[in-house]
Amino acid sequence: MGNFLCSSSVGRKLIMSLSGCFLVLFLIFHMSMNIAAIFSEDAYNMICAFLGANWYALVATVILAGGVIVHLVYAVLLTLQNRKARGAQRYAVTVKEEGVAWSSKNMLLIGFIVVLGLLLHLYNFWYHMQLQELLGNHTNDFGYSPADGVSLIRDLFAQPVFCVIYLVWFAAIWFHLTHGVWSMFQSVGFANATWYPRLKLISNIMATIIFLGFAVVVVVFYIKSICPACCVA
Amino acid sequence: MNLKLKIWRQANAKTTGKFDIYNIDNISPDISFLEMLDILNNDLIHSGKEPIAFDHDCREGICGMCSLHINGHAHGPDSEITTCQLHMRKFNDGETITIEPWRSTAFPVIKDLVVDRTSYDKILQAGGFVSVNTGGVPDANAIPISKPDSDESMDAAACIGCGACAATCKNGSAMLFVAARVSSLAKLPQGKVEGARRAKAMVAKMDELGFGNCSNTGACEAECPKLISIGHIARLNREFLSAKLQD
Ligand code: HEM
Ligand code: FES
Repeated sequence: MGNFLCSSSVGRKLIMSLSGCFLVLFLIFHMSMNIAAIFSEDAYNMICAFLGANWYALVATVILAGGVIVHLVYAVLLTLQNRKARGAQRYAVTVKEEGVAWSSKNMLLIGFIVVLGLLLHLYNFWYHMQLQELLGNHTNDFGYSPADGVSLIRDLFAQPVFCVIYLVWFAAIWFHLTHGVWSMFQSVGFANATWYPRLKLISNIMATIIFLGFAVVVVVFYIKSICPACCVA
Repeated sequence: MNLKLKIWRQANAKTTGKFDIYNIDNISPDISFLEMLDILNNDLIHSGKEPIAFDHDCREGICGMCSLHINGHAHGPDSEITTCQLHMRKFNDGETITIEPWRSTAFPVIKDLVVDRTSYDKILQAGGFVSVNTGGVPDANAIPISKPDSDESMDAAACIGCGACAATCKNGSAMLFVAARVSSLAKLPQGKVEGARRAKAMVAKMDELGFGNCSNTGACEAECPKLISIGHIARLNREFLSAKLQD
């Protein structure tokens, strides 16, 4: 039974849909966790300590990395097959068909921007946190405890260039999700004419909530850096 | 109307083609697009040149034989119609019109604007039918079918298999065509019996013939002359996945 997941187009899209859904759920979790940092830096660091180098956090990290890799490998595989099916001879004149979203035709490109942001992000945080703990270090390169996530956030988003890079990254995720969320329902067959407008609305709302939820932390910490008295906590 | 036509010319499947430019004058806005090409071909033949090969048959939008990618659109700029139903009044005097064949690996060019669409026939042969012992004509009321079900089935059955979906899709995917066939039969009790086998066989054939995966862009639906909805693709996904999970 299982091999249709690799060998058939619809099966491959099932993998894409399920791995995408898993990543969406992770984003919602990550976003909620971040928002704690706005209200209480101590609470945020408690979460960081809780998700350090203990077995459950490591298992979750491995599963998450697996999800990202499956999604990425299938993304490249599907896109290569699709390009081959399109053929070497392209149309001289192309148009934007009515009602077709730009995102839907550029998911791989957007995905690559997301990967670049992810690599930078892993360096900025994971490298200085969970990895240091795994290596048995009690401080990271900045001299902070590996569970002191707030100090990393505070230092990073005091720099306008990182604020901009992160906001661009979140924008790429926004574009990915405006198509991705409804598409994942379509790929498993849960969609019809009545539900398309609703699913597309849900996609836009989800993408926007996720964008704002991540962006607000960047903005708040940037404001705090230039005006410490502006935000309490 | 006076027009400049940029038309793809290719001697056969093995040669590489190129665009040739043709100027054509005094075209009535009331004639059809294919009649305009007939006039051009007539001129070409009279001046001893090779006429342009293009597909057509019924010229009334029901057979699915006509094709052409006109100014970036399958079946031209107008919506809900086939190329044979397109009129010259949709264009402006002095306009340059670019005419290309369908471009998709599974639809190789045979000559000029004619492509080989037997891959669609092969997908149909793989499962787009109902195998029954016909016997006598049954009573029309013996099998009740609800109005919404019969409507949906008939909407899907409107597919004429022209190939515009795969030709438009950035992935060269035939999903809309396959979905229309699977869906129109799955919605009827006569076709439902073989639903699982049909979905698996047709998807397998589609993949084998080199059509791409579906990215759910919806471009196929936008260009389909029969407005087949991608809702049928959702049903195909359902039919296929539940069939596989039951195996
Ligand atoms: C933030 C992490 C990500 C999330 C939440 C996410 C989510 C999704 C979702 C929900 C879909 C729709 C699946 C479907 O059409 O059934 C999707 C599609 C896609 N994703 Fe992602 N994705 C993420 C990262 C990436 C990355 C890193 C790449 C690749 C470099 C990528 C490439 C793609 C591609 C190419 C598709 C479209 C596949 C197709 O329909 O042909 N995504 N993604
Ligand atoms: S020629 Fe029959 S549909 Fe156009």
